[in-house]
Amino acid sequence: MSIVAQALTHTYMPGSPFQSTAIHDVSLTVGDGDFLALIGHTGSGKTTLVMHLNALLRPTSGRVLVDGQDINEKGYDRREVRRRVGLVFQYPEHQLFEETVAKDVAFGPNNLGLSEAEVRERADEALARVGLSRSEVADRSPFELSGGQMRRVAIAGVLAMRPEVLILDEPTAGLDPAGRRDILGLIERLHAEGTTVVMVSHSMEDVARLATRIAVMCKGRLAMLGSPREVFARGKELAEMGLDVPAAVQLAQALRARGLPVPEDIYRMDALRAWIDARYRGEEVAP
Amino acid sequence: MNMQSITLGQYLPGETVMHRLDPRGKILLTLAYIVGVFLAEGPVGYLATALLVFLCARLARISMRYLTRGLKPLRFIILFTAVLNLFMGGGDAVLVRVWFLTITETGLRNAVYFALRLIFLVLGTSLLTLTTSPIALTDALERLLSPLRVVKFPAHELAMMMTIALRFIPTLMEETDKIMKAQSARGADFETGNLLRRARAMVPLLVPLFISAFRRAGDLAMAMEARCYRGGKGRTRMRVLHWTMADAWAALIVAAYIALCVAEGVWL
Repeated sequence: MSIVAQALTHTYMPGSPFQSTAIHDVSLTVGDGDFLALIGHTGSGKTTLVMHLNALLRPTSGRVLVDGQDINEKGYDRREVRRRVGLVFQYPEHQLFEETVAKDVAFGPNNLGLSEAEVRERADEALARVGLSRSEVADRSPFELSGGQMRRVAIAGVLAMRPEVLILDEPTAGLDPAGRRDILGLIERLHAEGTTVVMVSHSMEDVARLATRIAVMCKGRLAMLGSPREVFARGKELAEMGLDVPAAVQLAQALRARGLPVPEDIYRMDALRAWIDARYRGEEVAP
Repeated sequence: MNMQSITLGQYLPGETVMHRLDPRGKILLTLAYIVGVFLAEGPVGYLATALLVFLCARLARISMRYLTRGLKPLRFIILFTAVLNLFMGGGDAVLVRVWFLTITETGLRNAVYFALRLIFLVLGTSLLTLTTSPIALTDALERLLSPLRVVKFPAHELAMMMTIALRFIPTLMEETDKIMKAQSARGADFETGNLLRRARAMVPLLVPLFISAFRRAGDLAMAMEARCYRGGKGRTRMRVLHWTMADAWAALIVAAYIALCVAEGVWL
């Protein structure tokens, strides 16, 4: 499925002295199988933008089309969009509320009105996918778990709806390195298995490693949209927006400054390492 | 949740004379104003009230349109009061009689006056909160209540509790909105169904909200103690309040207003 945002503008509290426009004239497409990374500094409108993609917010102007249909049109079933487009908020563990992990994960499928057996099956499957064993955690209170485990339970709660598109708002914020690795590995696996992913992130390393496309937000506007190669080639503009480029790009620039002909399109550490390896073994490298 | 239309209790930062008035004076003058509104018993009094509200709004640079928006959530109460008074007037001068309902001249007058009273009460008190920051308000309240310390009244603690509560209302509202959206993303439905269903739909909202409130309370207590907070004893102030010329003028204007209301009741 595809999501198309057309000239989205969202104004909070219109007509009051607190009026503010969070996003302005944003158009982008999320295609089937994409891994779109959304970057931009705090307050640039990333979260507001993703809340439009599953009809949690209505645009002040502009349209959101899911498979060609306007999801804000009268008569369109918004709950169906929310099933197909799963949204994992920032710090999703703050939304856990049930007595047991199993019940919490089952909340989504229960709301879909599925049979008990189906709900159970989906909850078990979602827990397994996030790497938690049912026998270990299912009957425990979610509040007894570690921070990383709580986050995985919360993500399982969204996965249990079996969304075709998964949107994650800074999924690794506040986690320790092991927790980050777990979550990123999970997201990578989900994408490899065919889920379309939209991820808001502050980590250029993660973005460089995972994303197929990058959208850069700045002051509520879409500043850049393209492949990682295209976006990270504009390092100077990114720096002006208060954003970084990945370490591999910085290293490549430093090497280039010292006269080493590192190709412009390398933005990942593994690619850079491969290029350097090959060069010192005297091999030709395919670009 | 549509909280945007409520102007009562909201603060609009500004630098006008109204904003700079001593908050203690503002609280006392607002109380005096409330008494005045109840003393007003005729066209002169109500006209004076309207003029006073209009003058204050102008001085505070708050548009009447924004100010009167605060009345919207109360329109049913105002209407209900007016209608009730309209038919319960008593007196002899009957204007209209339909079936068992009678409208008398007293009833009509009471209906108009009571509605005006409510409207002016809301507008006047809104002006206080719109031009005074919550911190200044509680600060002033603490000062005004501090003489009661002799009877062991915890004025400082009460003011601190109010400050914290006011400070966290927007934060918790934001949090509520976020949790609602997150649960909606999991298919939760807060809008349809009967009363029982809706009450049960609140559980996924209330549990996380309370957990987060407790967490915030713990963090806040820790942060306050880390900065050596140990109650109001011996605590000095950063903002020292001063009584200025403007405050004297404000007191005079309100005094004149009350005198006018009383005079109308006595002589007219």
